[in-house]
Amino acid sequence: MKSWLTTTDHKRIGLLYFWTAFGFFLIGGLEALIIRAQLIKPDGGLGVSAETFNQLFTMHGTTMVFLALMPLSAAFFNFIIPLQIGARDVAFPRLNAFSYWVFLLGGLFLNASFLAGPLFGADRLSVAPDAGWFGYANLTSRQFSPGPNVDFWLLGLQILGIASLAAGFNFIVTILNMRAPGMRMLRLPVFTWMTLVTQFLIITAFPVITVALVLLMFDRFFGTHFFVPQGGGDPILWQHLFWMFGHPEVYILILPAMGVISEVLPTFSRKPLFGYTVVVYSGVVIAFLGWSVWSHHMFSSGLGPIADSVFAGTTMLIAIPTGVKIFNWIGTLWGGQIRFTTSMLFALGFIAMFIIGGLSGVSHASAPADLQQTDTYYVVAHIHYVLFGGTILGLFAGMYYWWPKMTGRMLSETLGKLHFWLTIIGMNLAFFPMHFSGLLGMPRRIYTYSSELGVSRFNELSTIGAFIIGIATLVFFWNLLRTRWQPITAPNNPWGGSTLEWAIPSPPPVYNFTVIPTVASRMPLWRTERHAPMTPLPEQPPAPIHVPGGSWWPMITATGLPIMAIGAISRTLPIVFVGVAVLVVGIYRWAFEPFEM
Amino acid sequence: MRLALAALLLLVAGCVGGHHPQTIFAPRSDFSHELDGLFKNIFWWAVVVFLLVETLLLIAIARFRARPGAPEPKPIHGHTVLEIGWTLAPALILVFIAVPTMRTVFDTAGRAPEGALRVQVIGHQWWWEYRYPTLSISAYNELHVPVGTPIQVELTSGDVIHSFWVPALGGKRDLIQGRTNRIAFKADSTGEYWGQCAEFCGASHANMRLRVFVQTDSQFQRWVDGQRASPATPAKGSPAEAGQAVFKRSACIGCHTIEGVAQGKVGPDLTHVAGRTTIAGALFPNTTESLHRWIMNAPSLKPGALMPPQNLSPQDLDAIVAYLQSLK
Amino acid sequence: MRYDTQEHAAAVAHGHASFMGLDNRKMAFWAFIGSECLLFGSLISTYLVYKGRSLTGPFPHEILNIPFTSFSTFDLLMSSLAMVLALAAVQRGDMKQGKIWLFVTALLGLVFLGGQYWEFSHFVREGLGLTTNLFGSTFFVLTGTHGAHVTVGVIWLLTLWVQALRGKLGPANAMTVEITGLYWHFVDVVWIVIFTVVYLIQ
Repeated sequence: MKSWLTTTDHKRIGLLYFWTAFGFFLIGGLEALIIRAQLIKPDGGLGVSAETFNQLFTMHGTTMVFLALMPLSAAFFNFIIPLQIGARDVAFPRLNAFSYWVFLLGGLFLNASFLAGPLFGADRLSVAPDAGWFGYANLTSRQFSPGPNVDFWLLGLQILGIASLAAGFNFIVTILNMRAPGMRMLRLPVFTWMTLVTQFLIITAFPVITVALVLLMFDRFFGTHFFVPQGGGDPILWQHLFWMFGHPEVYILILPAMGVISEVLPTFSRKPLFGYTVVVYSGVVIAFLGWSVWSHHMFSSGLGPIADSVFAGTTMLIAIPTGVKIFNWIGTLWGGQIRFTTSMLFALGFIAMFIIGGLSGVSHASAPADLQQTDTYYVVAHIHYVLFGGTILGLFAGMYYWWPKMTGRMLSETLGKLHFWLTIIGMNLAFFPMHFSGLLGMPRRIYTYSSELGVSRFNELSTIGAFIIGIATLVFFWNLLRTRWQPITAPNNPWGGSTLEWAIPSPPPVYNFTVIPTVASRMPLWRTERHAPMTPLPEQPPAPIHVPGGSWWPMITATGLPIMAIGAISRTLPIVFVGVAVLVVGIYRWAFEPFEM
Repeated sequence: MRLALAALLLLVAGCVGGHHPQTIFAPRSDFSHELDGLFKNIFWWAVVVFLLVETLLLIAIARFRARPGAPEPKPIHGHTVLEIGWTLAPALILVFIAVPTMRTVFDTAGRAPEGALRVQVIGHQWWWEYRYPTLSISAYNELHVPVGTPIQVELTSGDVIHSFWVPALGGKRDLIQGRTNRIAFKADSTGEYWGQCAEFCGASHANMRLRVFVQTDSQFQRWVDGQRASPATPAKGSPAEAGQAVFKRSACIGCHTIEGVAQGKVGPDLTHVAGRTTIAGALFPNTTESLHRWIMNAPSLKPGALMPPQNLSPQDLDAIVAYLQSLK
Repeated sequence: MRYDTQEHAAAVAHGHASFMGLDNRKMAFWAFIGSECLLFGSLISTYLVYKGRSLTGPFPHEILNIPFTSFSTFDLLMSSLAMVLALAAVQRGDMKQGKIWLFVTALLGLVFLGGQYWEFSHFVREGLGLTTNLFGSTFFVLTGTHGAHVTVGVIWLLTLWVQALRGKLGPANAMTVEITGLYWHFVDVVWIVIFTVVYLIQ
């Protein structure tokens, strides 16, 4: 137990991220199921109150984006990246642990709001955030959101931002500086490449939302008027700051999954990735262009025709590198020998579903047409096709692919296929009808709708689909759990993959590589036209490898942050100071701790 | 998949089966017709791309299944001509979408021609206020406009951000405190069109609905005259007269305006409430029963509503309802 | 220098992997500085968006004291010079000079902070507070964030100074001083931008 609290081993941290994120994924899923249950019928639904519903959709979005999807990707960043680049760990192992603990504590702080009502004299148990995951001003001002709900949101997100930023610096240095000899940038696995691009997006986008949240915090705590019209503030400024973060954020969410399937498709087609350099550069281009499109989330805000045209144009432009990737993935399949393992099924599902999400995205790009789509269920359809059909299917592909490497045990292919088919059926049943309910006039974020709109049947279908997804996820959860009782039998390379992580045992020894390999090609484990496969690494290291011990300081330092947040939300300055003290002492002890890489 | 596609086509073709009062596919103004044309353009391109790409995917999956004993696949790393091709082709399709888009952006930017009828929309949690500055009248939740006349809608908010959306008449625009946004449209058919707030605005966002009545010039003029007219004094001894007395001594006057009777500024003006087909932000039909339930306990029907439950005796309640029903 | 060579393999074997030839900590710090640019950029953008939109006074031209702030700016610039001298001294092993210049850097930083404190309390007395108007809000949040960064820097410098006094700082760990220098110069550059945008361009 102690070893888990003090671990700085990237593999253990990866597993911690995985299980914590999966737990939050289940919570976010439960929130979705209650939402869908409420919407199964019109005119009041099943009786879920408006206040509860508004908390549910706010927490569903916030949880899925920040506590499930990003950390699930982080689980793979942690476990797999050092293995793919031939390193023994990340550049800053203790900082890595720190990121995990901050994430866990931030997630707990945010979810504590569900039970914190009595502490704030509320008339209900839950004071969970209720102003949407996007928290638009001036609904979030003290005047219109007087309770602690929005405070939980803005404090929780600031804590989580620190976790992501720290990890961002860590992985950038790791990927750039800790590659094995011979691993030039254009020999990096695409997953590593997409991770690198994602980390740059994180370290540039998160400061912007940090500023937005700090300004909102000042409005709510200290009475400034950054977003309060009566004081001269402009609610639109919030939208600009939020979406300047928010748009790169969606690329942060999708690029890692795109990286995963860029590994899975070649392995199970027994062919190299088609157009490696194009796939890599298109990812870089997407990251740059991703900074130029943010106001396409604001087409109904009245920015004016010039701004609308510019953002419509840049948004259409970004469809091009995205589409190019899809063609290259299909090119990878073409002429291959395709094995339909569960991982591969999910990767293929990603392509099929992401096309749909991408096309509805193109319809959003046209600013005037978007005026009939934005803020309706049509957008909900779009985001779930790209985030569920895209990111989540991609992450499942990664889970089935890398589970043997991470745990030494194989997941059941039978259960896996059941999971896949239930998921595909469930998600299409849930989200495809939303295109209709949206265009037939059903706005988003409503706890009930009129029976006279004629969208009741579509809502029924969506609810059924959502519950099928729930069942599918439980099947998956069972598949994961059963492996705990299996012996460790997975071989080094169960799938015949080409990248370095498959050159070592499953699970890897604590030092990863007995000898750091020298890399001569993009696919070290495969025979290519110019290179023989890499010679197998020795079974035992030639000399003892020093592995750093753990440290308490990352976890202890991390606790300073939620303590500060508790002090802030309860308006008790002494507690804030205690939190600062914990942070400062933790940092000092960490800095002066003897710790060797 | 194919079944879904067929259903979609049917829907886009103008809709069969069922009444859809907020559909975007029944445009009734120049603004919504433009958006409809743009969407159809994009939709058909999307169908073409969808069929093409998904078919390629399916062919790849079917044709290149692993077969036992098959030789190792040829390790093809890329193909420059293909890359250029499948970069330029989508770019070209996007041009076909971008050009009409840009044109429509400027055509629908919201500036109505000179002489358009001005309507100011002020959003509140959770009801709509309309002012006609050139006609010196105001209306609430239900908007009336003449057919075939350019309308200049000017949108702002009295509190948080809302969004004015009547799909049949055009796209949505947000109502933001401190700013004025604009919609310009000219309705081409008389009728009753439904809309709803489309920007999350708090507890009863789902309950902030509206109706637009597009009328002939004479119908519109009659409505305007009615709005300008002072409310008739209730007949002596009538239930309405009793109701007016109850109204004057109840909490109602703190929030509502009735011309000559009360000047409350928190809730909607009730001077002509009987002329509306709905109440409570177009949430309920304007019937005796609805009025009873609403007045007795508004927050239970519309969460967060600022109108507190009323402690009225059944007779007082009947009287007030009768009074409100006299305010045509 | 290419590191995908035998040299690199040897370096890796000795546990000093650095593919790009840059110390890990230094690279991480540059990434951090990039991130901080976005942070300050967002705050400065907010200041610029709200420039001229305060509903009430006091207004910038009424209250900003350019001569005084020019002196603060000069002080911070001199502190960067002191930082450069401190690093050079540590790198060549002259710890006596190193200690002096580290201390001077921190001291000049404290002078800057003192000046900020004096200036801010003067503004408050003149009627410009955090919540008075948009100018007050954007000004204090921007300069306050910068001041917090300077404070962290001063604490960091004094910590190094104490380390030096204990004989624990020397050319072998000059990298730490170099990174401190990077932080300090960054904070100085940010101040130049703030000074220009807020004080000089009105």
